[in-house]
Amino acid sequence: MTVLADANLRLDANAVDYVLLALYFALVIGIGYLARRRVSTSLDFFLSGRSLPAWVTGLAFISANLGAIEVMGMSANGAEYGMPTAHYFWVGAVPAMLFLGVVMMPFYYGSKVRSVPEFMLRRFGPATHLVNGISFATAQVLIAGANLFLLASVVNLLLGWPIWVSVIVAAAIVLTYTALGGLSAAIYNEVLQFMVIVAALLPLTIVGLYKVGGWQGLVDKVSGGPGGAEQATSWPGNQLTGFDNDFLSVIGLVFGLGFVLSFGYWTTNFVEVQRAMAAKSMSAAMRTPIIGAFPKMFVPFIVIIPGMIAGVAVAEFAGENKEALMSGGAAPSGATFNNALLLLMRDLLPNGMLGIAITGLLASFMAGMAANLSSFNTVFTYDIWQTYVRKDRPDDYYLRFGRIVTVIATVLAIGTAFIASSYTNLMDYLQQLFSFFNAPLFATFILGLFWRRMTAAAGWTGLVSGTLAAIIVFILTESGVWTLPGQGGAFVGAGAAFVVDIAVSVAVTYRTAPKPAEQLSGLVYSLTPKADRTPSRTGEDAGWYRNPTLLAGIALVLTIVLNIIF
Amino acid sequence: MTSTPPETPAGTPGGTPGGTPHETPRRTRRAGAFDIRLVIALLLGVYGLVLIVLGLGFTTDDEIDRAAGVNINLWAGLGMLIAAVLFALWTWVRPLRVPEEGGDEPAE
Repeated sequence: MTVLADANLRLDANAVDYVLLALYFALVIGIGYLARRRVSTSLDFFLSGRSLPAWVTGLAFISANLGAIEVMGMSANGAEYGMPTAHYFWVGAVPAMLFLGVVMMPFYYGSKVRSVPEFMLRRFGPATHLVNGISFATAQVLIAGANLFLLASVVNLLLGWPIWVSVIVAAAIVLTYTALGGLSAAIYNEVLQFMVIVAALLPLTIVGLYKVGGWQGLVDKVSGGPGGAEQATSWPGNQLTGFDNDFLSVIGLVFGLGFVLSFGYWTTNFVEVQRAMAAKSMSAAMRTPIIGAFPKMFVPFIVIIPGMIAGVAVAEFAGENKEALMSGGAAPSGATFNNALLLLMRDLLPNGMLGIAITGLLASFMAGMAANLSSFNTVFTYDIWQTYVRKDRPDDYYLRFGRIVTVIATVLAIGTAFIASSYTNLMDYLQQLFSFFNAPLFATFILGLFWRRMTAAAGWTGLVSGTLAAIIVFILTESGVWTLPGQGGAFVGAGAAFVVDIAVSVAVTYRTAPKPAEQLSGLVYSLTPKADRTPSRTGEDAGWYRNPTLLAGIALVLTIVLNIIF
Repeated sequence: MTSTPPETPAGTPGGTPGGTPHETPRRTRRAGAFDIRLVIALLLGVYGLVLIVLGLGFTTDDEIDRAAGVNINLWAGLGMLIAAVLFALWTWVRPLRVPEEGGDEPAE
């Protein structure tokens, strides 16, 4: 991120902008304080007492993911690759979110587990549970630190605050509301953050489009640029995948991004699943990712399109600058694609809107970190402390412990933020972490869900060997033994983890004894009565617009339509 | 959560007057100020008003020219104000009902 400093990114914020920013953070802390009054048990703190309506958890579901990587990274991708970036949403997220809602949520919610690792405990036993719990907790602290560092470096660029001041101020704000109000505060703030992000980016997009002459004007300008006409439509996306052949590129997108990576991320990542577990009924839990899928479909329009507009309208990307950047060099202007959104804000927004845009960006970075913290404290308290260290204490002990763990995790995150600051390519590092942990987890989970014979020993051996396979691929690509273009390394690593995990699990299963069938009800598809995995259709869950399967169908059709149009 | 437990009658003593029928009847009360929709309405409403004032009186011609002649503050402010009103209306038409203190989770 140090390259950023070369371009002139200092935004011209004045008193009004700061007041708008301060108002937001006053509300955020206020929500934490108000949410605290409703926290009386550990379930309230960690899972919001399973009481939230589906639209709230649905918005939080995508908001928890709408952080630094999404907003800055995807607008950067938009400036560089154009519309094919939308695949990260339409292929890489929506199908997996629908699958999570319709197929997997009945098991997560129906089994009344409090976390994804706890599901692994019930299905496979303590060894798998411990492996999963520890790896998840570790990953969360690392990712929280990375989020914190990204946040601080943007504050540093935009407003000129020193990095260490922004790290500590941001950490203090996030800590205040998550430690006070637990998951409810985190979720409510995620919903609020979503609104501010939309309020910031939607006007920016509309005015930007107006400036470049509407959609047609943007298409013409992008087609005339160094990327060519291919950037104005989403398929086949050869520049994004690094394949020359159209057919291979489509296959790569659908199976690599659409299946292994995205299903692995969305269906087993507790940061996301926790939001759905906080819903007030099975039907609401199933609807959470499905409702989230609707805004998710349209997020590319306010994230990618501003990036594309910046690519053609901002002076720093004009002429030779964009060509140099696209061929992997440095632009004479000093700008990088990561700056696309900031530069467009600088060019277009007057004071007032500028304050709201800054608020939106900072809010999204904080939400990312709050999501890490709230899932970390749940897994650490329930899955590690309560299960293996201090069993059978009264509930308020765990509530108090959860708050203390939140404080400790924040301090650790400040530490990992300074570790993160030593990496130059933070995004790749984060993506790599996901491929280590989520791809094998997804393989183990899906196999255990549909194959009743799969044994406890197969659970943990599969996980460990899958992660090892991804790490081996990572070492091979890093050391240059095996060269892969673009994001190819993470794709292949995730694929290898998935295949190795399945192979080892099958091999181990046939050598060990399965769990008795009566212990697996509610955890394995074929052993769960249909009535137990069907959501209710009465009372607050009545009405066609609350039917998860129907909603998922509508979402799928809309996504296909979007793919055809663009 | 598929069927209403058979032992639960259709209403509970001291139930909710005018409340919607619940899957598992339990005592509810109107949530006070702590409804996220009101918080959203408050935030967007204040943002909207501030932006409208800025757009009408304090946005310079230079700033408007930069944005291809669009007064972003004014239009975005109007949009946010409308969104705020919609959220407030939603809160008013469909008030949030939360279980009374001590209300347990419904049995599965």
